[in-house]
Amino acid sequence: MSAAVENTYGRAGERSLALPVATIWRNGLFAAGTWFLTAALSYGLPDVISWGATELFAIIMLAGAGIFLALSVTVHRLGGFGRTLVHYGPWFIVLGLWLAVWEVLTAKLGWLPKPFFSPPQGLLHVYLTDWDRLLICIAYTGRLWGLGFFSGILVGFAGGVALGWSKRFAYWGMPLLKLIGPVPASAWIPCTFFIFPSTFHASIFLVALASGIPVAILTAAGVSQVNRSFYDVARTLGADNRFLIFKVAIPASLPNVFVGIFMGLYYSFAVLVVAEMLGAKFGLGWYLQFNTAYSAYANVYAALIIMALICAGLVRLLFVARDRLLGWQKGIL
Amino acid sequence: MALALAETAAVDSIALDVEGVSHLYERDGGALQVLDNVSLTIAPGEFVALLGPSGCGKSTLLRLAAGLETAATGKVLEDGRPITAPNPDRILVFQDATLFPWRTVRDNIATGLEARGLLGTKGYRIDEVLKLVKLEGFADFYPHQLSGGMAQRAALARALVNDPKLLLLDEPFGKLDSLTRLRMQNELLDLWKSAGFTALLVTHDVEEALLLADRVIVLSDRPASIVAEIRVDQPHPRRRDDAGLVALRSQLLEKLGISHDV
Ligand SMILES: Nc1ncnc2c1ncn2[C@@H]1O[C@H](COP(=O)(O)OP(=O)(O)O)[C@@H](O)[C@H]1O
Ligand SMILES: [Mg+2]
Repeated sequence: MSAAVENTYGRAGERSLALPVATIWRNGLFAAGTWFLTAALSYGLPDVISWGATELFAIIMLAGAGIFLALSVTVHRLGGFGRTLVHYGPWFIVLGLWLAVWEVLTAKLGWLPKPFFSPPQGLLHVYLTDWDRLLICIAYTGRLWGLGFFSGILVGFAGGVALGWSKRFAYWGMPLLKLIGPVPASAWIPCTFFIFPSTFHASIFLVALASGIPVAILTAAGVSQVNRSFYDVARTLGADNRFLIFKVAIPASLPNVFVGIFMGLYYSFAVLVVAEMLGAKFGLGWYLQFNTAYSAYANVYAALIIMALICAGLVRLLFVARDRLLGWQKGIL
Repeated sequence: MALALAETAAVDSIALDVEGVSHLYERDGGALQVLDNVSLTIAPGEFVALLGPSGCGKSTLLRLAAGLETAATGKVLEDGRPITAPNPDRILVFQDATLFPWRTVRDNIATGLEARGLLGTKGYRIDEVLKLVKLEGFADFYPHQLSGGMAQRAALARALVNDPKLLLLDEPFGKLDSLTRLRMQNELLDLWKSAGFTALLVTHDVEEALLLADRVIVLSDRPASIVAEIRVDQPHPRRRDDAGLVALRSQLLEKLGISHDV
């Protein structure tokens, strides 16, 4: 105890005299370096064509470099958040380098020309000038995706349980599912137009289909693969069919269901562009198409980055949910 | 331990009658006969051990008694009534513990009560049986966190919490190390004495059969038929070097087809 206290005091004393190398986050320093490099290149060299927010980009990179510089001595005092930062240190360095290369090849040398490529400040310019429209698009896409994805995985899950549980259901359902599964979403557009009252409903259907089918297939496989002895055990303990389905089959197949939901999440994002072809007036998919048509590729990249970030965030949430629900699996997998 | 059980209404036991039972499994093409005209009568509260070569049909006989299958020919009766479906009065403890991996030890044990909507009235029994099998400190553990012996004890507790009148045990200690097995055998014996259920134990361990059972039944190779029946009258606790038991042991080994003493 007292030794520990002494130790802390000793360290503190050391720090006030000269910063000991051990407490410096080296990768943080390097990251500050690469980010500063990008800032200097952006500001110092002339752009081949005007892109708008060049100075702002340089300022942001400079601020980032400053933050990393500050973090390089303080990060160890930030607890869990600090450890996360330290873990991603190499990424921050490479990100700075990558931005520098990107900047030079596009804005400064023009080797990757307009309109097909855009330097970072081009994207920044899009966010600055078009943020209101992007926000509306995110909201529209969020509504479409939320309705489609959740109804899709719900129906897919229920259908999958039925397919995996009931032989008769599987007899009729499995071949249909196998036929429907590989059909690309765009092939559904003609009949969805006919079946659904509005294009919005048709779009929801496409997203639901994309997310529901993998969930259905994996749930069905999971339920049908449940170890028979679990049913035997439950039956000798007095379980009825309802108990067998809800308390044995479903929990036992939950790991599979989650794999299906992960796949459904990716498919649902991939299908958004197609779904928003159906006469949508806003939405990220629509934004992508609209700007592709006008060769405004900077806008396309800007929207793509937003979609990727949202998707990554949702995947992360799903992982958290899975770890909550499937804590019992630790050590089995 | 005895107290815990005494609190509950005295567990009554049932008689099990197997009358001329033969059983087949359908296999692609032909049928596989596993039981051939097996008849045996087990009195309420009796402890019977079944010995036999592996694959002869011992587990099948237990599944019939549990009501998980129906005999192709012959009758399986509890107290004279035909057994047609599983019932928590007759509980089968499987060879592997077969705990539900997504349920904690407590929830595994609660399964039977939950399935029959008895958690409210009989829920207190869970803590009793946890104590009984010495797992009270592990109630919130998941099965993957348990050792083999603990898992098997949890499986036993999951059966006992329902106060079964007939306990069917399918090589319950087969996969345990020898020390754990000895301990578990003694625990099972104590439980049987205090709870008073009828017990039918399948084992491939001749000593286990002799240490525990009132009667040992030897089955032939598939299709199984009864080749010998031996009564064990030695009082508990039995010593494995008891002269009478040693004699019975070589007798049983002979019946199993191992002529000289191993
Ligand atoms: N559900 C089943 N379908 C087909 N054959 C089975 C089935 N269950 C068991 N068998 C076969 O019946 C025979 C007896 O099995 P079992 O009763 O488990 O033997 P034991 O428990 O004595 O080792 C074995 O040959 C086994 O392969
Ligand atoms: Mg067996």
